[in-house]
Amino acid sequence: MNPEKVVFGFFIVLALTLNFGFFIGEIDNPDHHHVYELFAVVVVNLIATVLKFGDRSQMGAVLLATSLVADLQLLIASVVWVMAVHINGEGLTPAVTASIVSLSGGALLANVISVVLLIIETVMLRR
Amino acid sequence: MENIVFLILRRMRQPLLTLISVYTIAVLGLTLIPGEDAAGQTHYMSLFHAFYFVSFMSTTIGFGEIPFAFTDAQRLWVTLSMYASVVAWIYALGTILSLLQDQTFQRALAEGSFARRIRRMREPFYLICGYGETGQTLVRALTDRGQHVVVIDREEERTSLIQLQNLRDHVPALSADARMPRHLQEAGLPHPACAGVVAVTDDNETNLKVAITSKLLHPEIKVICRADSRDVEANLASFGTDYIIDPFDTFSMHLATAFETPCLYLLQRWLGGEENAQLEEPVYPPRSGHWVVCGYGRFGKAMAARLKSEGVLVTVIEAMPDMTGEPPPGYVVGVGTEADTLLDAGLEDAVGIVAGTDDDTDNLSIVMTARDIRPDIFVIVRQNHSENQAIIDAVEADMVMHPSAIIARRIRVLLGTPMLYQFISLALHQDNDWACELVSRVSALVSQRVPDIEEITINQAQGGAVCQFDSGGEPVRLEEVLRDPWRREHNLPCIVLLIRRGREYILLPDPSTVLHQDDQLLVCGDAGSFSRLHWNLCNRGALEYVRTGRVSTRGWLWRKVEKWAARSARKP
Repeated sequence: MNPEKVVFGFFIVLALTLNFGFFIGEIDNPDHHHVYELFAVVVVNLIATVLKFGDRSQMGAVLLATSLVADLQLLIASVVWVMAVHINGEGLTPAVTASIVSLSGGALLANVISVVLLIIETVMLRR
Repeated sequence: MENIVFLILRRMRQPLLTLISVYTIAVLGLTLIPGEDAAGQTHYMSLFHAFYFVSFMSTTIGFGEIPFAFTDAQRLWVTLSMYASVVAWIYALGTILSLLQDQTFQRALAEGSFARRIRRMREPFYLICGYGETGQTLVRALTDRGQHVVVIDREEERTSLIQLQNLRDHVPALSADARMPRHLQEAGLPHPACAGVVAVTDDNETNLKVAITSKLLHPEIKVICRADSRDVEANLASFGTDYIIDPFDTFSMHLATAFETPCLYLLQRWLGGEENAQLEEPVYPPRSGHWVVCGYGRFGKAMAARLKSEGVLVTVIEAMPDMTGEPPPGYVVGVGTEADTLLDAGLEDAVGIVAGTDDDTDNLSIVMTARDIRPDIFVIVRQNHSENQAIIDAVEADMVMHPSAIIARRIRVLLGTPMLYQFISLALHQDNDWACELVSRVSALVSQRVPDIEEITINQAQGGAVCQFDSGGEPVRLEEVLRDPWRREHNLPCIVLLIRRGREYILLPDPSTVLHQDDQLLVCGDAGSFSRLHWNLCNRGALEYVRTGRVSTRGWLWRKVEKWAARSARKP
């Protein structure tokens, strides 16, 4: 029972689940996608990325890569939200909501790959 | 390099996690706590404004309360988050700073940048292992000649010394153990531009390891090694080290030359010594009488053996005969710095004394005491450290043995003009008169400084004009290239000492010798004359002038004009 592995796995799975929670729902309906959940997704993904630092194996490198992809997409989604709500002043129109949700969908796929790799690594260890 | 990046990432995990968590909690709190707008309505901060506020709060910039003045509940939260977030930033920045100053990190960076610099080298360079006295002298001599050098030494203070010295070329230096093959590989051993490895550390084992590693990893390059004893020499020779230099053996052979042919020894000193040194006077070590040798270490043993083989009686003075081995019978126990010991050894009627201990102070004291008793005794003194150069010069000994200098000079010649040693070994077969004549010829060339020596190969690069004439069926003679291209009635102040043609050597070639392509010449002469000699060898017009006295025109148009002029001159 390795506490470090528990924390590592926890945050990776949490990132995926929160991301899925944000993504699900009608793509252009802002009532279905709460901004606080986007905030949570961004934070947990950043934490998961930092936890993946420093692993020198091939698996570790690919895990870090997927995390970075997810971070990128989520940060762009946040920027789009900020621009829509604060800068342009138009608020969350269906078009903007659709952009944000589709970007988070991309991040969702990266997180899926990350979890799959984690599962593969766990199964290969078999202890 | 990848090590460094991973090191940074690993160390930064904790601070980054702390920073992210503190930011998250602060932002969340700020958005949840109700604020009041200008009209008194409750207004919840947006995530974006909260993030903006926390950013400038935690980096201690502090613009102000946005978008409206805070309620006290918000201010309470901000107070708490302020302390937490500022500390989190300081923690993160502090970790980065301490990481950058970490010794291991610095060394990893230095090794990485050193290895990269070596990989990018395109010109031939020599790898010198060991930057003690010998290494320093050698590196200065090589860089003064324009040869590129890379240095490895175990001590960091020695390699950092390189930056303080005023060397002509930038010398990359690595402070690492040369015994590890990895460091030799980083320093460029397998690099195709590495022309030679010189192992002159003060430890025989290290030198041995370096030589073996070089021969295994890069078999074609020249390996020059310093040895201190016969078995180390034999060991080095067994796997094919190209040149092994034992300073005591070398000096002992010089002493033999000085006994047999003093003029040749003088020539050796002039030609193989430091560049731009003053011309030295000849020395005549006396053979008729007995000698006193102080110190029976490696040097003392070599000296005693050499003197014995020259048929000279030797008395040895040694302070610790049980440690150094028993000297030949008749020895005196003592240091030799006081008069009694010297008199016991029979100094009153001795003709020569060798001060060969490994302490410079003792050696000087021996010399001065001996001169008190016998003012015109022949003195050979051993110098151990270069820093004592001034006092060793002041004592005006007849011969000075400085192991580091001997090794450095020999290596410099081996790497620059190796034909000089072939010349000397051929010259050893000649008699003293031959050597004396050559000495007077050389001293006529130069006024006060030792002559420069150069090796010139007659190929396209260094002798293009000669090759052209040779292939055109007009062979060039030696005396022709030795004429001054400014005034062909005068000769250049140079002497060609040796010509090497394939496996054949021509010692002091006759002026009418014909030069062929791929000949290698060993030339000595006044420093300024070499540029004119190169001019003769490379420039067709100059060579034609010194041969015939006329300069033929080369341009097509002018040749036509000349022909027309010649025809019209013949007409009437």
